Amino acid sequence: MARTLSFQQAINEALDQEMSRDASVIVMGEDVVGGQGADGEMDAWGGVLGVTKGLYGKHGDRVMDTPISESAFIGAAIGAASSGSRPVVELMFNDFLGVCFDQIFNQAAKFRYMFGGKAETPVVIRTMIGSGFRAAAQHSQSLYSLFTHIPGLKCVVPSTPYDAKGLLIEAIRDNDPVIFFEHKKLYPLEGEVPEELYTVPFGEAEVVREGADVTIITLAEMVHESLQAAKALSAEGVECEVIDLRTTSPLDRDTILESIETTGRAVVVDEANPRCSMATDISALIAQDAFESLKAPIKMVTAPHTPVPFAANLEDLYKPNALKIATAVRAVVEYQTWETTTSRS
Amino acid sequence: MGNDDIQKLTMPKWGLSMTQGKVVEWLLQEGSVVTAGNHLVEVETDKIVGGVESPVDGTLRRQVAEAGTDVPVGGLLGVLADSSVSDAEIDQFVESFLPEIAADDHESSAPEPAFIDVEGRRIRYLKIGEGGCPALLLHGFTGNLDNWLFNHHALAEQRAAYVLDLPGHGQSSKDVGDGSLEGLRNVVLAWADAMSLTEFHVIGHSLGGALALSLALSAPSRVRSCTLIASAGLGREINADYLYGVVQAARRKELKSHLQDLFADPNRVTRQMTDDLLRYKRLDGVQPALSLLLEHFLSGQEQANVWRDKLAGLELPTLVMWGEQDSIIPATHSLDLPDHFEVARYANCGHMVQMEMASAVNQRITEFLQTTDGLV
Repeated sequence: MARTLSFQQAINEALDQEMSRDASVIVMGEDVVGGQGADGEMDAWGGVLGVTKGLYGKHGDRVMDTPISESAFIGAAIGAASSGSRPVVELMFNDFLGVCFDQIFNQAAKFRYMFGGKAETPVVIRTMIGSGFRAAAQHSQSLYSLFTHIPGLKCVVPSTPYDAKGLLIEAIRDNDPVIFFEHKKLYPLEGEVPEELYTVPFGEAEVVREGADVTIITLAEMVHESLQAAKALSAEGVECEVIDLRTTSPLDRDTILESIETTGRAVVVDEANPRCSMATDISALIAQDAFESLKAPIKMVTAPHTPVPFAANLEDLYKPNALKIATAVRAVVEYQTWETTTSRS
Repeated sequence: MGNDDIQKLTMPKWGLSMTQGKVVEWLLQEGSVVTAGNHLVEVETDKIVGGVESPVDGTLRRQVAEAGTDVPVGGLLGVLADSSVSDAEIDQFVESFLPEIAADDHESSAPEPAFIDVEGRRIRYLKIGEGGCPALLLHGFTGNLDNWLFNHHALAEQRAAYVLDLPGHGQSSKDVGDGSLEGLRNVVLAWADAMSLTEFHVIGHSLGGALALSLALSAPSRVRSCTLIASAGLGREINADYLYGVVQAARRKELKSHLQDLFADPNRVTRQMTDDLLRYKRLDGVQPALSLLLEHFLSGQEQANVWRDKLAGLELPTLVMWGEQDSIIPATHSLDLPDHFEVARYANCGHMVQMEMASAVNQRITEFLQTTDGLV
């Protein structure tokens, strides 16, 4: 009954509706119009995967193609944000954000702080993350933890079409710099999305499945792998609670800790590399603030500490999946302390 | 097949989107003697947990669907028959049972809500049934047309029955004008004009009840009868903490605990029911609309609009229904009403009377509307 959209269409609709609502919203980036110089819609691809398709036809020059010069156009967007516009700037793959760290880390993230709260930087940087696309080591990383590390940035990592639209509208209306990470494998995912405008607040994790035995904390595409694992485990009598972080900064500590207090077991699932990651961050939070509730050591299911391989078989091996998650959950559930082992014999 | 002494108990269809339900638990043992309307088995859908009522007087002979199983709409839950029917006959019935493939199984032919522009506002409504003096069902504060999912089909058997999303609610425009009840009432009247409904039965729940009363008092020639379910407008007392709480709650857990106040049995509140409300509350314009409505609806901690002194002058047939355990608007508001008002009170029932006592409510309203039509 309710209308369904793909993840990709939900993002497109959020941009379109916010541009219609607020004339200060502009969209810029490499190929976001596409077909520069060609007449009309014909050649306007709307980004490499077509996410911004149709916006140029509706909003004209408020959708701007930029040169392949990331540090320049990210800097320009940040400048525009600090002087009255609300730019949504797209940097195709998050792997390329490295060339504009200064603009993001030192400028956008610091303006509010260094100017005593008198400056606002309402910029949204949209970027693709994720492996599994056979796109090799420089187009497949998930680098949200790098940006979560920096105070002054907000980091959004949606997993459903509903959240993608609501969180992007929230991001556009937010007066701080927001990095919006889109997992490219999720683009075709369909889900119910209201036609009206709505916002999903930052710092509110979603309990996507309730369960009493183990808490799986995860984000982005891994939410769906975790749900698949939870379904299989349910048939074995193990009920998993699955928490979708939705935003890594701000982080919803309360939802994570409250859940661990009930289940006493934690599995953190993160597609990114394991060191200094969301997985280690969440594990540290639980170890520090919910230690007394734990019945078993925390398990992390992550990629290995290697670049994303180009070889298809190796990339498949690299990525966490429902099977690996279920194995980790079983290990946590079956864990026995020295006391419980000996008292049985 | 064809044995008239054997009655099937099947999975009901509660609302348009329901395709299956899960059996939570059987409330009565095999062999229990039951009367029509008794809750036999508890079923959970995405939207709500509800009791499936016995269609007839008889004995519950067989629990076919076990607790925990998913059963499609129309699938067999259990079998009712008198003790004269043998076990073998019942076995035979269960084995040869074929679920009726109802016409509305084809998604394309299922009725879909429509939208109409009323004085610049988009109003969503759904019509089921044809002919007769139409019934118009008005939901309560923060509700929507789904609040009638247990009632809409039943009331549409003998007439056209309309449910709509009030301004500020569901998928209708979030423009509530000045936020007054009169404003909402005028939109409902303008909607009825746009739909060419000259005369109708109005059935209102809670805030929708106050609207129904307001319609009856201001446009008595348009209203053939008035059914007020746990209605606002009949007394000062109201659970203002609930109203403010449900408007302010931003998280699922908080919202769920408020929603549980609506029912005598808090287990009826499902995750989906809470999620739907949360998603509605996040829509642009909803928060200011609800706040504005409350501003006019309440005066401090009490109801601002009470029409008790005008009721004696209200000549049209009126039916008042209340749950004894209503913790939003007290059931005492159904006392000391004019003599020509019919009153029905239900034990073990909270504020959502039309959901918790669906079959009794449907039956009572159907009879009431028929009687009223007979008077014309």
